[in-house]
Amino acid sequence: MILPALAFYLFATITVACGVLVIASRNPVHSVLFLILAFFNSAGLFVLLGAEFLAMILVIVYVGAVAVLFMFVVMMLDINFVELRQGFLQYLPIGLLVSFILLVEILMVVGAWVISPEAASVAAAPTPDPALRSNVAALGDLVYTRYVYLFQAAGMILLVAMIGAIVLTLRSRPGVKRQKISDQVSRTRESSVEIKKVQPGQGV
Amino acid sequence: MHDFAIAFPEIFLAVASMALLMVGVFQKPGSSSGLVSWLGVFALGITLILVLSDEGRSVSFAGLFVVDSFARFAKVLILIGSAAALVMSQGFIKREGMDRFEYPVLILIATLGMLMMVSANDLISLYMGIELQSLPLYVLAAFKRDSTRTTEAGLKYFVLGALSSGMLLYGCSMIYGFTGATTFGDIANTLQGQEKASIGLIIGIVFLSAGLAFKVSAVPFHMWTPDVYEGAPSPVTAFFATAPKVAAIALFLRAMLEPFGGMEADWRQIIWLISVLSMLLGAFAAIGQRNIKRLMAYSSIGHVGYALVGLAAANAEGVRGVLVYLTIYLVMNIGTFACILAMRRRDRMVESIDDLRGLAKTHKGMALALTIFMFSLAGVPPLAGFFGKLYVFMAAINAGLYYLAIIGVLASVVGAFYYIRIIKIMYFDEPSEPLSLPIGKELGFLMTVSALLVALFFIIPGELVNVAAGAADSLFP
Repeated sequence: MILPALAFYLFATITVACGVLVIASRNPVHSVLFLILAFFNSAGLFVLLGAEFLAMILVIVYVGAVAVLFMFVVMMLDINFVELRQGFLQYLPIGLLVSFILLVEILMVVGAWVISPEAASVAAAPTPDPALRSNVAALGDLVYTRYVYLFQAAGMILLVAMIGAIVLTLRSRPGVKRQKISDQVSRTRESSVEIKKVQPGQGV
Repeated sequence: MHDFAIAFPEIFLAVASMALLMVGVFQKPGSSSGLVSWLGVFALGITLILVLSDEGRSVSFAGLFVVDSFARFAKVLILIGSAAALVMSQGFIKREGMDRFEYPVLILIATLGMLMMVSANDLISLYMGIELQSLPLYVLAAFKRDSTRTTEAGLKYFVLGALSSGMLLYGCSMIYGFTGATTFGDIANTLQGQEKASIGLIIGIVFLSAGLAFKVSAVPFHMWTPDVYEGAPSPVTAFFATAPKVAAIALFLRAMLEPFGGMEADWRQIIWLISVLSMLLGAFAAIGQRNIKRLMAYSSIGHVGYALVGLAAANAEGVRGVLVYLTIYLVMNIGTFACILAMRRRDRMVESIDDLRGLAKTHKGMALALTIFMFSLAGVPPLAGFFGKLYVFMAAINAGLYYLAIIGVLASVVGAFYYIRIIKIMYFDEPSEPLSLPIGKELGFLMTVSALLVALFFIIPGELVNVAAGAADSLFP
């Protein structure tokens, strides 16, 4: 039993350390790399929980697609991060005050924490036994059956995001030359060639 | 009944908006958005018929979605408001270079989000509805993308909207953590046995109501309203002030009364304070305004305050008051914004209150209509606005909230000043250069119909009040 515990502490420590390094490192490219490491270790934690499908998705989608895209954006943007941090000290006192108040509130909440006996019975979607229902099937039950309404709503929200991005940024610029193959193919000799009789010694 | 059949109006509207998107995309490039807009109005009309063809209370999608007479009442108001906003914008978007087919499509999708909001029966579907409603609104606020003011309005709205969504989600997660349920009915069942609510749950409710107060623009979460109303293109402002307000207030009512109806003593003080502050700020801050859209923003903050008086009463009578209030508010605002959209001079929109000087001499009909709306917004009997206030204040007094009712009446007296000042400017000031004449068929129609409804409401108020009472009862089984 000691092996899973060891693995848990290893993954958890590295994840938290990477999280700190993401915001602490000066070079934004390093931040993204630490983020990728954090994703990998979180995937390890998912495996320990018996959620292999989520672990694989985390690696494939987040590391494979999202983080790489992040990397592109970070490298393409010319942001002076030193300049961005200039106001940091100025806002520090008020930021600390706000976070202190939030901390006190959370401590109050945690102090009052009582797990009511009914809580377990009304839980919105209890986790099925992994031995009886495979990961993918259990996830499918939730996403495509129980919460299909929310799944479709999320689809509409993504559609709005797409329409919005196009509405706000797409511009049709006049005077841009595009290749139109049909036009090129349908050119005739008459429309493109003009024969002039040039007299010697006079030019066109 | 089958799950999908219960949500048929929403499904129809979603499919219709996607179909219209296709119509727009396959139109000839550069053609007007008129076709898509009128088809959009048509789709909203069909959705309205579908909404009305259902009755009773039905819950579907494992408790995520509910249709009862309360939801139907709010949906009818929302659909009418959206259709009116779409009709109103016709002339404007053509003149101001916003003539793109995405405009009606975004309004339809925002309307879909609002329908989902009022039918939400679960914290998750509440959030999804709010997001589906807000995202198109952010885009619409920035729709005139070459204008700095409009872009600023859109960005401001987006950032503050995201902040409020964050607070809302934080509240929802607290509530889920302390009750173990997200469905409103289950939350209410869990809370039934407890004699004293835990502090974590109360923090959750506070954050939830703060997030919702942002969406209805109640004080102290109102800061974005004047800037966004002023900066957004006028027909978009007209849309903001009507349908989304109705949806957000209806959602607020359900989210407070259904899951937390048993612990009203804990949240009533929050609503009480928000309501008083909104009424007072709406009354005092509007006095110094010179821009009529900004004035309407403060006016809408004040009106949200009056509507929340009914929520503070936390009983069926209060909800009935809010529903009557929302109906009248919707009609008054459609009319007023039709007048604002008709304010043009030499083909440019004018928005200053001083531009209305001497309107009575140049445009008799429009001045009369605007006078009716202003008196009604101020709450002068026998116009409709008076009855709206009457029913909420009556509910507050019957619930023992005397101070709230007294402050509300005083605030509406102060508010009457700036509404009546507009009437004075129209009738007694020397005319400046007159506004351009042809108002436009659509605006003229909306103005006339809403003016008649507002002016003649006192003849048959009973019908609306009875329907609203039936709708209110469905929240208190």
